[in-house]
Amino acid sequence: MNMAPQVVLVTGVSRYLGARLARTLCDVPSIERVIGVDALPPSRELRASLGRTEFVRADIRNPLIGKVITTAAVDTVVHMNIRAAPHDSGGRSSMKEMNVIGTMQLLAACQKAETVRRLVVKSTTAVYGSSPRDPAMFTEAMEAGGAPAYGYAKDAMEIEGYVRGFARRRPDVTLSVLRFTNFIGPRIESVLTEYFALPVVPTVLGFDPRLQVLHEDDALEVLLRATLRELPGTVNVGADGVMLLSQAIRRAGRIGLPLPGITAGIVDRVVRRAGKVDYTAEQRRFLNHGRVVDTTRLKSEFGYRPRYSTLEAFDDFVRGRQLRPVVDPQRLAAVQERVLRLAVRSAARGVARV
Amino acid sequence: MSDATVIPLHIPRREEPPRAPTETPDEARAESDFERRLAGGLAFLRRRLTGDYSVDEFGFDPDLTDHVLLPPLRPLYERWFRVETTGLHHVPSTGGALIVANHSGTVPLDALMTAVALRDHHPAGRALRMLAADLVFTLPVVGSVARKAGHTLACNPDAERLLRAGEITGVWPEGFKGIGKPFSQRYKLQRFGRGGFVSAALRTGAPIIPVSIVGAEEIYPMVANLRTLARLVGLPYLPVTPTFPLLGPLGLIPLPSKWLIDFGEPIETGAYGVAAAEDPMLVFNLTDQVRETIQQTLFTLLAQRRSVWS
Repeated sequence: MNMAPQVVLVTGVSRYLGARLARTLCDVPSIERVIGVDALPPSRELRASLGRTEFVRADIRNPLIGKVITTAAVDTVVHMNIRAAPHDSGGRSSMKEMNVIGTMQLLAACQKAETVRRLVVKSTTAVYGSSPRDPAMFTEAMEAGGAPAYGYAKDAMEIEGYVRGFARRRPDVTLSVLRFTNFIGPRIESVLTEYFALPVVPTVLGFDPRLQVLHEDDALEVLLRATLRELPGTVNVGADGVMLLSQAIRRAGRIGLPLPGITAGIVDRVVRRAGKVDYTAEQRRFLNHGRVVDTTRLKSEFGYRPRYSTLEAFDDFVRGRQLRPVVDPQRLAAVQERVLRLAVRSAARGVARV
Repeated sequence: MSDATVIPLHIPRREEPPRAPTETPDEARAESDFERRLAGGLAFLRRRLTGDYSVDEFGFDPDLTDHVLLPPLRPLYERWFRVETTGLHHVPSTGGALIVANHSGTVPLDALMTAVALRDHHPAGRALRMLAADLVFTLPVVGSVARKAGHTLACNPDAERLLRAGEITGVWPEGFKGIGKPFSQRYKLQRFGRGGFVSAALRTGAPIIPVSIVGAEEIYPMVANLRTLARLVGLPYLPVTPTFPLLGPLGLIPLPSKWLIDFGEPIETGAYGVAAAEDPMLVFNLTDQVRETIQQTLFTLLAQRRSVWS
């Protein structure tokens, strides 16, 4: 049954990871065609990097995708057009429409197309929610303490619901649902990368969540594997290990600004207005309680061990972005040296004097 | 006593004590000791400021725990409560075990003292990973400090994860009913939960070590409970002790009772097999066995203790 894909359709190709996946698939000799779909055209540099990908600008409101899938006889669909941030999707309601209605449209088209054999969905660990009553790590079998009732997480929950419905109606299609943690890396743009690029990083006073991230290269590798091989099931995809938010801020050489939870609403608005950082209530909740997932299944069943640990991925991001540290570790080391010398000398002098 | 070295966090502000004009070998040693400690303290500070340390999946930060969180507890352990431990050899040096203990004292100092006992006085210096009530993790500061000290939410997935990872996991099954009980009911074990801890031990094959703690009951003798006010602020209880709130902040000083902590003989669970966790009868029986062991040991220890204070 394990047929190598020949015609692959990638949605969300105008974004960094989608474009990179399409580009990498172009280099696989067994793949005849790579079709990239997005509602927005890719930026000039992304377009140049797309290689032999055929770009289709498709809007979710017309059933063009269905036609593309049937006429090109697409056998593998990689659905990556799920957006986390409202600000670059034209607001929350537009984001929801893109995410949920867009997915429904795509699934409807896939259901009709008999050539489709494999569906890969980029989901998120946000479906587990984020609360102080969470277990330390979520496995795929666990559900959110309270179903996330807002934003991206709610979209992702609904999308996964529709995907499960699709799987029931088309049991012949191999379905991989990849629940990714937050992406980080030198090139990718994500809510987290924007957040850590702020010189002064707002946090919630009295809370220091555990964060787990995934390096962009590992994300690409997992997407590629799921596209090329038969890997059915739902799997958490995140790097090994965790870091604390305060630790991440220090490693990036930023200055944390702990603010009481009550002022959060005001801070959100100020931060949102000041930059293009998407500091939503959901984001704040995540940065309040954090979330860590168990990646045993990724390693055992999927057979993939991320190359970067959480700390390594984060350090690579800091290096790659050339974030100028506000607190410079080298200078700190020099200060440490100097204080030590000074103290020893003054102690010695004290001894000599008395 | 303790073989863990305490590295001071701050450069001592006070002047060095006056010295004799000629340096004796003794002083040279003190000098180098001061240097070493200062260097250690500075290195620690730099590690913290640059985020150069690692935490495990639960957020446990051993560097911080050993250098910041445990040191203030040590004088309390050594001088104030003069804790005496017995049966520490029952705690394995490697691999997981489930510590089950009685809970009392209004403020969970008993759990913290057990952690000091295992870290400082167990030959392997084991870290105690506690399973704490969810209230802990909803509170600011307390919640994040608890995570950094290696503790996690009392739920079966976390308990099993810790035990599988070979950690010494601590659970206080009485919960708030034990810690917030009136002074008149001291040393009477409360309901022992639903036996969730037993099924976690059965599933992982970890031994259960019943631990009996004497002394914690007297640190804040609770004579009344301001239930309505407690409910208003969302706390499980709000104690009135002879000194609190009468003496204000002074009432927060625990009474210096004499403590005894006994680590009992392990109850092996490996022989029952994993499926035994699904047998409610066995789970209840084991729960009762642990509870009875602790209750009996408490009575024995109480008889041994000459008075509350010595």
